Amino acid sequence: MTNQTKYETHEHDVLIIGAGGAGLRAAIEGLAAGARVAVVSKSLLGKAHTVMAEGGIAAAMANVDKADSWRTHFRDTMRGGKLMNNWRMAQLHAQEAPERVRELEQWGALFDRTSDGDILQRAFGGHTFKRLCHVGDRTGLEMIRTLQDRGVQMGFDVFMECTIIRLLTDGKRVVGAFGYWREQGRFVVLKAKAVVMATGGIGKAWRVTSNSWEYTGDGMALAYDAGAELLDMEFVQFHPTGMVWPPGVQGILVTEAVRGEGGILRNKEGQRFMEKYDPKRMELSTRDVVARSIYTEVREGRGSEHGGAYLDISHKPAEYVKQKLPSMYHQFKELADVDITKGPMEVGPTCHYMMGGIKVEAETAASSLPGLFAAGEAAAGLHGANRLGGNSLSDLLVFGRRAGLGAAAYASKAPAASIDDAQIAEAERDMLAPFDRGEGENPYTVHRDLQEVMQNLVGIFRVEEDMTKAMGELEKLKARAARVRVEGSRLFNPGWHLSKDLKSMLTVSEAVTRSAMARKESRGAHSRIDFPKLDEQVWGRQHNLITRDGAGMKLQQIPVDAIPGELNELLADEK
Amino acid sequence: MADAILEVFRGNQEVGAAKQYTVPIAPGMVVLDALHYIQAHLEPDLAVRWNCKAGKCGSCSAEVNGKPRLTCKTRMDALPTDKPITVYPMKSFPVIKDLVTDVSWNYRVNKKIPPFSPKPKTDWKMYQEDMDRVQEFRKCIECFLCQNVCHVVRDHHKKEEFGGPRFFVRVASLEMHPLDNVSRVKLLKDELGIGYCNITKCCTEVCPEEIHITDNAIIPLKERVVDEYYDPIMKLVRKIRGAPKPD
Ligand SMILES: Cc1cc2nc3c(=O)[nH]c(=O)nc-3n(C[C@H](O)[C@H](O)[C@H](O)COP(=O)(O)OP(=O)(O)OC[C@H]3O[C@@H](n4cnc5c(N)ncnc54)[C@H](O)[C@@H]3O)c2cc1C
Ligand code: SF4
Ligand code: SF4
Ligand code: FES
Repeated sequence: MTNQTKYETHEHDVLIIGAGGAGLRAAIEGLAAGARVAVVSKSLLGKAHTVMAEGGIAAAMANVDKADSWRTHFRDTMRGGKLMNNWRMAQLHAQEAPERVRELEQWGALFDRTSDGDILQRAFGGHTFKRLCHVGDRTGLEMIRTLQDRGVQMGFDVFMECTIIRLLTDGKRVVGAFGYWREQGRFVVLKAKAVVMATGGIGKAWRVTSNSWEYTGDGMALAYDAGAELLDMEFVQFHPTGMVWPPGVQGILVTEAVRGEGGILRNKEGQRFMEKYDPKRMELSTRDVVARSIYTEVREGRGSEHGGAYLDISHKPAEYVKQKLPSMYHQFKELADVDITKGPMEVGPTCHYMMGGIKVEAETAASSLPGLFAAGEAAAGLHGANRLGGNSLSDLLVFGRRAGLGAAAYASKAPAASIDDAQIAEAERDMLAPFDRGEGENPYTVHRDLQEVMQNLVGIFRVEEDMTKAMGELEKLKARAARVRVEGSRLFNPGWHLSKDLKSMLTVSEAVTRSAMARKESRGAHSRIDFPKLDEQVWGRQHNLITRDGAGMKLQQIPVDAIPGELNELLADEK
Repeated sequence: MADAILEVFRGNQEVGAAKQYTVPIAPGMVVLDALHYIQAHLEPDLAVRWNCKAGKCGSCSAEVNGKPRLTCKTRMDALPTDKPITVYPMKSFPVIKDLVTDVSWNYRVNKKIPPFSPKPKTDWKMYQEDMDRVQEFRKCIECFLCQNVCHVVRDHHKKEEFGGPRFFVRVASLEMHPLDNVSRVKLLKDELGIGYCNITKCCTEVCPEEIHITDNAIIPLKERVVDEYYDPIMKLVRKIRGAPKPD
């Protein structure tokens, strides 16, 4: 059926799209289960977002606070997510995270230690106990290097700097993917019996973001195009502390570990303003609360010089700060001329993390589309309406592993795939079209305008009127994106790559906006000026679900699963 | 705001030439920002690698005014503006396009290194004081700037028989792991060619993570090789014990 000679073609049992923590952990598990595994990534191996994670991995190991247990971790996660979480995922996550961290250690990771020789844990927002296993402020680097080396030794095939632009289906199930090598611009067909989507988030659709060029929502858009369901797309996390000055670094993350280690937030009047918003937890309140507090201070005229808040850790001994937060120390020193051991940093909210995404089953990470699995930031469910810091890295390990297992099990039973040439031909045509246009806009211009729309109209505070306007703007942007022109050749051409990434960003932006308009309440990271309260009766009981309906996007609501009695009791237990 | 002139290499391994671009300077701007400006406003097909823009991923390496650097951490205001700022790809690796080079050699070297292998019956207790020196090596972000400056690679092209400073750092992180139980000394000598290193310290100078590559990784590893292979007393001890002579 396939025109084998025309495209470079590879065949595997399990194809993993994404080489961050989730993808690599899935690959390791797939290999351990005996599957032939391929991993694809847009960047070089080891450069995925996971490498940037700073603060730590949340796991109830109880090395520092002996009273911690999976039950408390479960409760914190559910409360942080305002009960929009998939309770079963939250349970599995809390129960399995400690074992997944120990496993990393057994594969060679070196975490900071307690005086007893165990893994040291630090405090983080929303976590009742000191729970984040860490390596200074470069935990993600330790994690990705450990997983990468393990996977390479076990023997997966790596396709790096290769971008997937379409999932291939046989009408009923996913049978592979189609992509291009960034280097040469040649196309490649990757046949597989099962595919794991581990492509991460969507932050590049906003102007101020901690995310890299890779975070264009490809995985969610490709899954959606192929027929999978997207869940709770309105829940986009704005991290309270991104850099605000100088302009070139705006949005770059300032890890929550600064607050975990005792950092204090003040406004320009020197007031410790978190006293007003959350007197109990102060700076270690959940991210949604802290982000809104900073935003409100700035809007009401009490912001810092460049429109943020002051975050100060200089009351701690300089040596301690340099040891615990080395990369923050260097980041501010080198990029902002600020010595954080001597004075405050300026910080403000930055688009950081996507709680919503591909809807998956808790146990196997299977999506609604047969043969397609999803894990990590690309998947939805665990974090509900707001993610707690540190719960992403643990999510990658717990559900990366489960996705690898699920996909390998599915692949072992799936018959060989046959590829539909028409799908490939269509994807190829769309991809090459921007070269053929005699005139058209530069994709960078359209991208910049999209970022303005999402930043200004679907940001941290939302209102019906803005979002209606955003929907209109998105339609115009879609039309413009369909007419962009790229110059140059197919050899490593970032403008060309962006022309496709732009489409993914537009799909997820529309899904976010539609879902955000529908949810007429404020919950977790989703704050409506026109509906400032929680609405437990209606919206506390339903999720938003997005699916493709022909060329259009369909939005519907599905009920929130009831939490079983004993787990429910954990949540009621007010401590 | 003032403008800067950037002279950027455009082309591939066969053909290419530097091209000049005028870029407006903003406060705190880094060289990577200037390259992004060129992409967004002047030439969208300019090839550059980057991810984190914060010195954490090691993607954006290039040679700025002849010095190997991370472009995301090189401030424009630290460079002289009276002449063009030159930005070239890393010289030791084949150019794919513009500033993007083929660094696949590094991934091949990495594959040769046996992974962490714990001692049997490990109880997984480790103490911070035993880990401090290994954690230094684990800071490596694989920017490959050290590989790029090392003359064994850069001038003598010994990629087949030499591992390069990055991988001495990696071997050190495994060899000095408190719970590791295999020896990579033979590998260092035979396959990674640590003998080619003559301790010029150029690698240490360029490391953005300030890893003391030569003093803390290479020299102790060289000592291990010497102990194992060249130390006469050790050799004698081995002979008496009847251990097979190393080749
Ligand atoms: C600065 C920063 C600090 C953070 N700190 C923490 C922390 O301390 N603790 C915590 O728990 N979380 C933290 N997070 C969040 C966490 O790091 C991320 O959510 C997590 O790493 C995502 O992992 P992932 O495996 O899902 O995706 P990623 O690591 O982002 O990997 C995605 C992969 O998918 C690939 N990909 C994407 N699209 C395609 C395509 N079309 N074709 C082929 N490949 C594709 C990419 O190339 C990449 O390899 C932080 C995030 C940031 C940005
Ligand atoms: S010290 Fe050794 S490894 Fe480092 S640059 Fe010099 S010769 Fe190369
Ligand atoms: S050792 Fe330093 S210079 Fe070499 S690759 Fe690692 S971080 Fe870069
Ligand atoms: S972009 Fe990551 S180190 Fe420069």
